[in-house]
Amino acid sequence: MNKEIVIKTDKLTKKFGDFIAANEITFEVFKGEIFGFLGANGAGKTTAMKMLIGISKPSYGNAQIGGFDVYKQTEQIKKNIGYMSQKFSLYEDLTLKENIRLFGGIYGLSDKQIETKSYDLIKKLNLIEEADKLVVSLPLGWKQKLAFSIAILHDPKIVFLDEPTGGVDPITRRQFWDMIYEAAHNGITVFVTTHYMDEAEYCDRVSIMVDGVIKALDSPKNMKEQYNAKSMDEVFLMLARGAQRGE
Amino acid sequence: MKAVELENIVKTYPAKKTTVMAVDNISFSVDEGELFGLIGPDGAGKTSIFRILTTLLLADKGDAFVLGYDVVKNFKEIRDIIGYMPGRFSLYQDLTVEENLDFFATIFNTTIQENYDLVADIYRQLEPFKTRRAGKLSGGMKQKLALSCALIHKPKVLFLDEPTTGVDPVSRKEFWEMLKRLKAQGITILVSTPYMDEAKLCDRIALMQSGKILQIDTPQNIVNEFGKNLYAVHSENMFQLLVELREYPQTESCFAFGENHHLTLKDEAFDISELEKHLTTRGHSNLTIKKIEPEIEDCFMQLMKAHQNPSHIVAMPKEGLYEYN
Repeated sequence: MNKEIVIKTDKLTKKFGDFIAANEITFEVFKGEIFGFLGANGAGKTTAMKMLIGISKPSYGNAQIGGFDVYKQTEQIKKNIGYMSQKFSLYEDLTLKENIRLFGGIYGLSDKQIETKSYDLIKKLNLIEEADKLVVSLPLGWKQKLAFSIAILHDPKIVFLDEPTGGVDPITRRQFWDMIYEAAHNGITVFVTTHYMDEAEYCDRVSIMVDGVIKALDSPKNMKEQYNAKSMDEVFLMLARGAQRGE
Repeated sequence: MKAVELENIVKTYPAKKTTVMAVDNISFSVDEGELFGLIGPDGAGKTSIFRILTTLLLADKGDAFVLGYDVVKNFKEIRDIIGYMPGRFSLYQDLTVEENLDFFATIFNTTIQENYDLVADIYRQLEPFKTRRAGKLSGGMKQKLALSCALIHKPKVLFLDEPTTGVDPVSRKEFWEMLKRLKAQGITILVSTPYMDEAKLCDRIALMQSGKILQIDTPQNIVNEFGKNLYAVHSENMFQLLVELREYPQTESCFAFGENHHLTLKDEAFDISELEKHLTTRGHSNLTIKKIEPEIEDCFMQLMKAHQNPSHIVAMPKEGLYEYN
């Protein structure tokens, strides 16, 4: 099969003194794929993710993100990716429209583009009446959906989602995954971390990191077969139980 | 006597030009020795209830008691007999592990040695790091230290506000095993969590949403009251399957649920083999449809749909809870 590779890492490593946070990580992610990046607390997920989005320089090893080098082309990487985390996503003291304009501006979209995108997005999320309200007054579920839409406002090749559904109610959590599916369907690669093991099942492929190394990487189906497990939760427990280190 | 009792508790917070109803006339009680769970997403009102019961926040209306003590009149008595682990890490970051534990023991007029047996099981895992500053600990270790500090004065009632949020599945499992052992020692535990799969580990649970209790019972009774046949549907193409199941005229609700989709039908008497035929003609391979027992999360979603539009949830910003004290 001839699939376009959008993330490629080769022995990507990050050391802090003697401590190897991410140890020779090698993997590939394909265009339009939903890739679940799982691991126990302290396994090295955040460290790895920071290298992939161009904000932390690797100790050694290589990686290309959307064809750009993580050592030399970090600015191009940032322009070609979207990022959203549970902890920070939008400015709560700005209105919905202002948030869109701010992020559109940061990503270098023209005023005209921002205007069109703004209109489309607000209409699609059915938030016309809320467009001039402060984000702080929006329900959490809407905020997360809005944050995701803004993270892909500039049509990035890849969107990185760091525990996007934490604390969200079960119905909104599923609506959020509908949006992830749609983005992937439109060719955006989705790189996602989560502690909900049911969400691991929705990924095309998942990797499980333990103590700085990728212990397993496959489709949820193959992984369950390989470990003779009923669910991804079981697979995860089997692999991560032996972890030696905390965060 | 009840370990915890709430009667018509109301708590609102001022917000820009409006008020947020954080706890909307809630009443429930917890028996002594019970492991009781408040289950719900952000904005359900869990933290406000904890802070009212631990005498850190005044309710607008209603009464609350801990082991018979009034949270307003007898706040000093309550503070002596409870342990509280807030959702946000609240130990002294610049003190070492041992200093933190010693500090909490001292302010409760006790010593680490006196109640060591109660925390031994948890603290033993921390001992190799006892000279490390708390701020330098990993997330899992911080959580264990916070629990040790909440326990060191041998409280009668333990309040744990989202102790497992953001914690990986392995550590979550270990944490619940610790809770089970504490319960066996006779401590009443009130715990909150947004993870629905943890609900079944409690004796009784309150399912909460937007300041209201949707249902309160044992996990098994809540599951028994689901009242509908629930089917797990699986095929090779799960996304396509979800779209088609939602469009199917007989479908009442259909949600992705890990490796399966969970489906309820409008007409319970409907012959499910009709659906099987329908999906097979649409090209689904390796199709399975199984009748299953609902999980707490299925029940929660059913209750949410029955109560209101799920998107009308205003979650208080975490910081806000601490500003209006």
